[in-house]
Amino acid sequence: MDEFQTLVDADERIEPRDAMPEAYRRTLIRQIAQHAHSEIIGMQPEGNWISRAPSLRRKAILMAKVQDEAGHGLYLYGAAETLGVDRAELLDLLHEGKQRYSSIFNYPTLTWADMGAIGWLVDGAAIVNQVPICRCSYGPYARAMVRICKEESFHQRQGFEILHTLSRGTAAQHAMAQDAVDRWWWPSLMMFGPPDDQSPNSAQSMAWRIKRFSNDDLRQKFVDMTVPQAEVLGLTLPDPQIRWNAERGHHDFGDIDWSEFFAVLNGNGPCNAVRLERRRRAHEEGAWVREAATAYADKHRRVSSTAGAA
Amino acid sequence: MSVATLPDLATYALRLGDDSLVLSQRLGGWITNAPELEEDVALANIALDLLGQARTLLSYAGEVEGAGRDEDDLAYLRDERDFRNVALAELPNSNFAVTMARQLCFSTWQLALHQRLTSSADETLAGVAGKAVKEVSYHRDHATQWVLRLGDGTDESHRRMQSGLERVWPYVAELFTTDELEQRLASDGVAVDVSALRPEWDAHVDSVLQEATLTRPEGGPMLPAGGRRGIHTESFGFLLAEMQHLHRSHPGATW
Ligand SMILES: [Fe+2]
Ligand SMILES: [Fe+2]
Repeated sequence: MDEFQTLVDADERIEPRDAMPEAYRRTLIRQIAQHAHSEIIGMQPEGNWISRAPSLRRKAILMAKVQDEAGHGLYLYGAAETLGVDRAELLDLLHEGKQRYSSIFNYPTLTWADMGAIGWLVDGAAIVNQVPICRCSYGPYARAMVRICKEESFHQRQGFEILHTLSRGTAAQHAMAQDAVDRWWWPSLMMFGPPDDQSPNSAQSMAWRIKRFSNDDLRQKFVDMTVPQAEVLGLTLPDPQIRWNAERGHHDFGDIDWSEFFAVLNGNGPCNAVRLERRRRAHEEGAWVREAATAYADKHRRVSSTAGAA
Repeated sequence: MSVATLPDLATYALRLGDDSLVLSQRLGGWITNAPELEEDVALANIALDLLGQARTLLSYAGEVEGAGRDEDDLAYLRDERDFRNVALAELPNSNFAVTMARQLCFSTWQLALHQRLTSSADETLAGVAGKAVKEVSYHRDHATQWVLRLGDGTDESHRRMQSGLERVWPYVAELFTTDELEQRLASDGVAVDVSALRPEWDAHVDSVLQEATLTRPEGGPMLPAGGRRGIHTESFGFLLAEMQHLHRSHPGATW
């Protein structure tokens, strides 16, 4: 396997047929599956507002966005399948609570402004996390990420635009926007994962070039990127400790409440149960449809092969 | 201005726009609830196509009316009795079989309609139809494939598909019910006389049902078939309440 590490160190792509350490394969399956699950569970908080979008233009944009997320799920399950698992198996693990998805989607979307805050902050954080994965050592994952990142940056701009309009709208709209940012800011910072000194798997992932920057570095990058955007929006980030630190060349910011992060991670967030329940229900209620499609395909395969034989 | 006093052309655009808007709103309810991820994508696609049609048609209705109403005024600020969609479009999703029965019936009709509307004397309607024909061909194909799979799939799916058809069938007759307004516009070459679409519709639907081993329901038309006159089903008020509530809570706001 030294050959493997040499390839990785040389920034070559590992492809499905290449030899790879079993631990590398398992780590990738877990990470890509978790990423795919996040895309499809992430459809729910925004799907929650499709029927109520306040203009037809916003409804179309939101519907297209949620559809994009389903597409991201499809690319990523496809990438995971190149490692010898299948989508059905991974979905079962999700439904049984044996694989995770991003905790951010366990927060509720309470007002229309949450569509803006999610696009701006959550898609924004996702981009910061995911752009480096476009150069990940595993080819199919890296290529899926290139397509996904392009769409995520659209989502981020659309979210920004929703908030921009609200912030400059009526007093009630401005308040709605500020409230959404207040609620989504800290959970967005948590999307980068625990601080580096509490992130046990990071070093190995870095050596395998699945990961390229530490959680704290990515978080800092996100804060630095977001602070000036908040000013343009005319909205306040709910952290009085945010200030520019000329010496570090970065923004300082306050302490994250990691007890909240771990509580949500361990299933005690506001929507953990609802999200999984909804996913399971769609899957179970769709079982007869999938069975019918399989039965139909089997019948017609048989018919056409009989016809071929005759 | 109430819908009853609109110019014919505005009412006609509103009818077709409402069909697309209301069905899009229903289909949007499948996103995150579909039987598989590919269907979340496919149904979102169809809903988006319909929403696009609705936006153009409602904007046009507002323009023809000339009272300064835009697509959102028409979508969000009319009450139930002023909506002009066929009742079929508003039927609740219920389960996947009912939705696919609704899709087959509606898209087969909508395709036949828009194919003729491409040669409308009204350029805007002809333009909408030209684009819609491409979109709706896919919608019809999507529904056709599913009705075949479900009808000729398992015993359970066959039973569900048959009962889905029975559910929507009473609302089919309205699709082919013409009225004076439509006749006036049709005689000017602007609108399509929907009563002429039935043979083509029957031919497609019957062949799909036959291949899917399904039985064409016997049920006659629901009376009164009133969507076009603003007589809707009970569930429709809830659809509008959900769709319109946020917009109406902030009068005059920009989104
Ligand atoms: Fe995504
Ligand atoms: Fe996104």
